[in-house]
Amino acid sequence: MAGNNGGKRSLRVVGKPFVKVDAKAKCIGELKFADDLFLPRMLHTKLLRSTVPHARIVHIDVSKAKAYPGVHAVLTGADLPPITYGALPVSEDEYPLAVGKVRMVGDPVAAVAAVDEDVATEALDLVAVEYEPLSVVTSIQDAYATAEPRIHEYGEFGNIHRRQAYEFGSIEAGFAEADYVREDITFYEGSTHLALEQHASLAQFSHDGKLTLWTSTQDMHYLHRHLAKVLQMPASHIRVIATPNGGGFGGKCDPFNHEIVVCKLAMVTGRPVKICLTREEVFYCHRGRHPVLMSTKTGYKKDGSITAMHHRTILDGGAYGGHGVASTFYTGILQPTTYKLPNYRFEAVRVFTNKAPCGPKRGHGTPQPRWAQEIQMDKIADQLGLDPAEMRKQHAIAPNSITANWIRIGTLSLRQCIDKVVAGSGWKDKFRKLAYGKGIGIACSAYMTGTQTPIYYNKLPHSGVQLKLDRSGGVCVFCGSAEIGQGSDSILAYIVAEVLGIDPFDIRVVTGDTDLTPVDLGSYSSRVTLMTGNAAIEAAERARHMLREAVAAKLEVPPERLSFADRRVFDSENPEKGVSFVDAVCLAEEKYGTLGTTGSYKPPAAPGKYKGATIGPSPAFSCTAAIAEVEVNPETGIIVVPRIWIAHDIGQAINPVLAVGQIEGCVYMGLGEALMEEMAYRGNRNLVHKFPSFLEYKSPTTLEMCDVITYLVEEPDANGPFGAKEVGQGPQLPVPPAIANAVYDAVGIRIDEVPITPDKVLKAIRAKAKGQEGRYGPSAFPTCPMPAAMVVPTPWQGGDGKALEGEPALTKK
Amino acid sequence: MKKVGKNGKRKLEKAHLRLRVNGEEVEVAFAPHKTLLEVLREDLRLTGTKHGCELGECGCCAVLVDGRPVLSCLALGVAMEGHEVTTVEGMAVGTELHPLQQTFAELGAAQCGYCTPGILLTAKALLEHIPRPSRDEIKEALAGNLCRCTGYIKILEAVELAAARMAGEKAEPAKETIYGWE
Amino acid sequence: MLRLPKFRYLQPDSIGAAIRMMADNGPDAMFVAGGTDLYPNMKRRQQTPKVVIGLAQINDLRTTKGQLKDGVVLGANLTLSEVTDDSRIRHAYPAVARAAELISTPLLRNMGSIGGNLLLDTRCNYYDQNYEWRKAIHFCMKKDGDICWVAPSSPRCWAVQSSDCAPVMVAIGAKVKLVSSSGERMIPAAELYNDDGIRHLNKRPDELLTEIHLPAVNGWRATYWKLRRRGSFDFPVLGVAVSLKLSKDKTVEDSKIILGGVGSYPIEAATAEKIIAGKKLTEEIIREAAQAAYQPAKPLDNTDFAMTWRKEMARYYVAGTLRELAKL
Ligand SMILES: Cc1cc2nc3c(=O)[nH]c(=O)nc-3n(C[C@H](O)[C@H](O)[C@H](O)COP(=O)(O)OP(=O)(O)OC[C@H]3O[C@@H](n4cnc5c(N)ncnc54)[C@H](O)[C@@H]3O)c2cc1C
Ligand code: SF4
Ligand code: FES
Ligand code: FES
Repeated sequence: MAGNNGGKRSLRVVGKPFVKVDAKAKCIGELKFADDLFLPRMLHTKLLRSTVPHARIVHIDVSKAKAYPGVHAVLTGADLPPITYGALPVSEDEYPLAVGKVRMVGDPVAAVAAVDEDVATEALDLVAVEYEPLSVVTSIQDAYATAEPRIHEYGEFGNIHRRQAYEFGSIEAGFAEADYVREDITFYEGSTHLALEQHASLAQFSHDGKLTLWTSTQDMHYLHRHLAKVLQMPASHIRVIATPNGGGFGGKCDPFNHEIVVCKLAMVTGRPVKICLTREEVFYCHRGRHPVLMSTKTGYKKDGSITAMHHRTILDGGAYGGHGVASTFYTGILQPTTYKLPNYRFEAVRVFTNKAPCGPKRGHGTPQPRWAQEIQMDKIADQLGLDPAEMRKQHAIAPNSITANWIRIGTLSLRQCIDKVVAGSGWKDKFRKLAYGKGIGIACSAYMTGTQTPIYYNKLPHSGVQLKLDRSGGVCVFCGSAEIGQGSDSILAYIVAEVLGIDPFDIRVVTGDTDLTPVDLGSYSSRVTLMTGNAAIEAAERARHMLREAVAAKLEVPPERLSFADRRVFDSENPEKGVSFVDAVCLAEEKYGTLGTTGSYKPPAAPGKYKGATIGPSPAFSCTAAIAEVEVNPETGIIVVPRIWIAHDIGQAINPVLAVGQIEGCVYMGLGEALMEEMAYRGNRNLVHKFPSFLEYKSPTTLEMCDVITYLVEEPDANGPFGAKEVGQGPQLPVPPAIANAVYDAVGIRIDEVPITPDKVLKAIRAKAKGQEGRYGPSAFPTCPMPAAMVVPTPWQGGDGKALEGEPALTKK
Repeated sequence: MKKVGKNGKRKLEKAHLRLRVNGEEVEVAFAPHKTLLEVLREDLRLTGTKHGCELGECGCCAVLVDGRPVLSCLALGVAMEGHEVTTVEGMAVGTELHPLQQTFAELGAAQCGYCTPGILLTAKALLEHIPRPSRDEIKEALAGNLCRCTGYIKILEAVELAAARMAGEKAEPAKETIYGWE
Repeated sequence: MLRLPKFRYLQPDSIGAAIRMMADNGPDAMFVAGGTDLYPNMKRRQQTPKVVIGLAQINDLRTTKGQLKDGVVLGANLTLSEVTDDSRIRHAYPAVARAAELISTPLLRNMGSIGGNLLLDTRCNYYDQNYEWRKAIHFCMKKDGDICWVAPSSPRCWAVQSSDCAPVMVAIGAKVKLVSSSGERMIPAAELYNDDGIRHLNKRPDELLTEIHLPAVNGWRATYWKLRRRGSFDFPVLGVAVSLKLSKDKTVEDSKIILGGVGSYPIEAATAEKIIAGKKLTEEIIREAAQAAYQPAKPLDNTDFAMTWRKEMARYYVAGTLRELAKL
């Protein structure tokens, strides 16, 4: 039934606004986040962090701190096995506590466990660290120019972490076919997740040698593996419990140093050990949006159709690898999934700098290239005198197609999404017709619903669900997913309830516990609903099969005639005839013994066969169209966004009110990135974060948030549970470019970098008034030596998904 | 106050006082430099009150003091003597949820739920002051409570719905709130 | 969790007791009203008093006295919400109510006091940071260090006067009463402030601010405009307070144009005042005054927003305030 897209009308739970399973616990203050946990004899940890951006550690003296009353343990890097870890196997470059050198202000150097936070804080002051400073790499330009010292000993060369170059089809041929070619250089500033909950972890080491970690993580499973590796313990002796996340947005995906440190401290002291980071420290964890400089050269015809694109990106990765190699791919690899793109060349470089490491934030690597293309599309439409909405519609990618880079697209109702927002916003009466200072702009996007491959290579399921049913009629769902506020626990209850014909309220959900729940890879890449949902359907269908057989025998009707609904199992031809769900479970328990079923999910294989082809493909793609209305004060440059219309193809909303809520949240985050959010550093002052605080890192309040008019477009996809596709990330993508395009409509200027701040707007308005180009944005694109691109013929060139012979190795100079 | 004495031993000096929290008198002893936030969470284990910055910059830690919403991270515990403190744990009456708690649950206005306690209490104070606030009045009242998940929309709608119900109307959420627009 | 350092907390219940406690504890002590400025500073170890004297229980500091015709006296410890909710203040001193209402968030205004607001520490984003962060830049002269990172060659600190009410009080000619064990004095609000980010107050640490005297309105009209990134939370990066007395034929008899947030003290735009003196506020005069008013603004790169843009906005904001008042 996975991918069942028919029978929508008969759905009883799916598509209905049931209250979330944990909603009430959240509203009465009962839900326990990691920092809400207290254990007897618990110690508290503080980390001493580097105050220099790049230095060799000459000496650390912890003796005074160790002797301080109330201190139970002090650790440095030397107290842990010299084993590195990191989100991706290709870049395991982190130590829990610095070994040999520090790479950014905020790198943890020592850890203190003490009776309370006051004592731990006081003891930190007693740790003496002597540094030998190294020169600092502050920016992309710096990284290109600085071969030595290297921040890491691995990577391509110098401070270049990673280079990627692909060509799908032939851009040369594509450009030759074009009526016009234009190149735009754009920039997307880095931003952070700013989840309200500060990361917290609590570790307990029991005397039988087993370790338990409660932690605010989105990716419990990967963390579990890293703990085993770094602590050199069998994973089976480690239990990780993902506590509900007070916001994630990608910021709690990486395994973090503090998580490993509290485990070690619990093992050393024999007492439970807790840490809760301060807001400043959360800024140092970061793993947020990469700042990306982009050059997008596009060939197009008079009708706006694209003949070729050469898209180049440079990512400022910060001090560590993290998910960075994947982020690098994502700054290009999904470019062909929105509009038809017959020839595509993509080159990306990620550099190391001495700043907090970047990583996956909502949309992981894709809002940046989307920004580049969507504002360029607007310029193209303007030049050609075409309506940008119509033009997008015309060239939107067709459903059920394969892209130039061998990504299979299933359902995709981008045209319908565009129609919705165009009609709803009154686009036709407004575009280029509003008074000076008011404007309207459009942008679109497509996004994946989970990745086709796990982070480390294996052939195991991506998601597992177990069901337990017993004579009480109770159904319990076990799954390793992590609830980060998106409602993943509830989705499990809805889906199982739907299949078994009971109420979601009848179901108990147990998630995020490596001891109790089967593996799920975690809450990232919009995978959870699709993958856990499909696994849940399989488990529930297996249970339904057992119940059906048992009831059929009892009622003496053919099993296929039995229906499950309203907490009953009955003869669909004679609905009076049936048993209660509780009785059905008893009958099945009688027949089969103790009841339990499992379900698992693994995404279908992708058609691409070249090296790197596993990144990008997804079981299903969602798509979004957004129209923003803006008001620009031409005298101050201040922008107000009163309203955004947004239509999203979600396949099937499992719960519409939660889906609408995700879209509104995406609009919020997009609005913040478009107008104000910015990870800024003081390049001239030891490269400190400019303002690691809630006050100075600007996040929109109720007063900046715009009205949102949301349209759910439901075009079920065969790969989604009941046809469902993602909604948690994709809708953010078109928001910043829609705003930028609306600013152009309002005052005729192009702001080619986010955030679009009033000083930039005013500069461009002034420049335009003086007859110069009304634009603000980067104008130069630095180059570094690139490897020869891997050339992959497209499907329409008769390719087979493989690269041409003699694939150049990517990692060579 | 904890001090390290001459012989290196820790001397404990705690303030011992009686507070009124959620309508109940509680006796509690704590170091006098502790904030109300710390006393509620650590000494009374009322962990429903959250924290996101401890500097007055996010609104997570809001509680009611004598019915007014304030930031518990910037108030001293010892200064609370003689005042009535209400936390999210004190909003429901018995098993009956406060109408705001009900509507927040109904509309998914609590996504991760971390900002929720502070917002619920701030909204409660608003509705006691202005029973039928306009959208703009709600935005003003909640302008000191950041939420990173919801974009505030479901929160504003939930406050409006609760206000209508508290005024005795049989209000239901708008169709667009639940299903989006046609 | 970011926590307060240890300190001794005293709670006097009268002005006399407060002054005595201050005298007894000397320079290690500080008063606290709402604590919304002091406590964050203490958590970040920018201010480290050993003794904190809480003013919350002194009822005399929480009253509003006086008749509108003679002026109103605000107790220093009235909360900002109490000030904005007071219908007399809203009506007679709308600029005061407006400035108070634009401060931070509703939650904070329920705690922060009007007195504490006038005495707010100057701000700088090299200074309003945790201890460890400041350590990473080797501190600065305002606390623990010896250089100013904003203007490294300068011998002084350029931290920014960031109170919203201060420019208004200066513009309307309010006076403040300061009391200590060595007596009391009443000074104009303008004299309370110094052009120095460190010694920004002409007030001895042992002096208690007890009252703020708002002068009789007497035909003056005033307004306040605030520039900041968001509609709440944020400190002013520019605040323009203007107070005017217009004759019957709408010529400007007298005026005060004060800029906040762009220097270490509320800056008077004297040239602009001269330009409008004796004139009718035509669009042309307003433009001319605004052009002159933006000259003394000296924003540096130590707050939110690009400093050149902030300076430019002074012109726009001054013009806006004058236009608003001219329309009356
Ligand atoms: C997130 C945030 C945002 C803010 N935004 C703004 C803003 O937009 N605009 C703005 O103006 N302010 C802002 N503030 C600063 C501050 O909250 C307000 O200025 C508030 O009014 C200060 O009053 P208080 O009573 O809390 O001061 P306190 O912290 O109690 O005191 C401030 C200073 O004055 C001294 N003091 C207080 N009362 C007396 C007295 N009676 N006699 C002698 N000394 C005294 C204290 O010793 C201390 O040095 C913000 C603060 C925060 C945390
Ligand atoms: S202006 Fe200079 S001295 Fe003053 S706080 Fe800022 S950096 Fe320090
Ligand atoms: S914890 Fe952020 S305002 Fe109190
Ligand atoms: S619901 Fe997550 S921060 Fe508001």
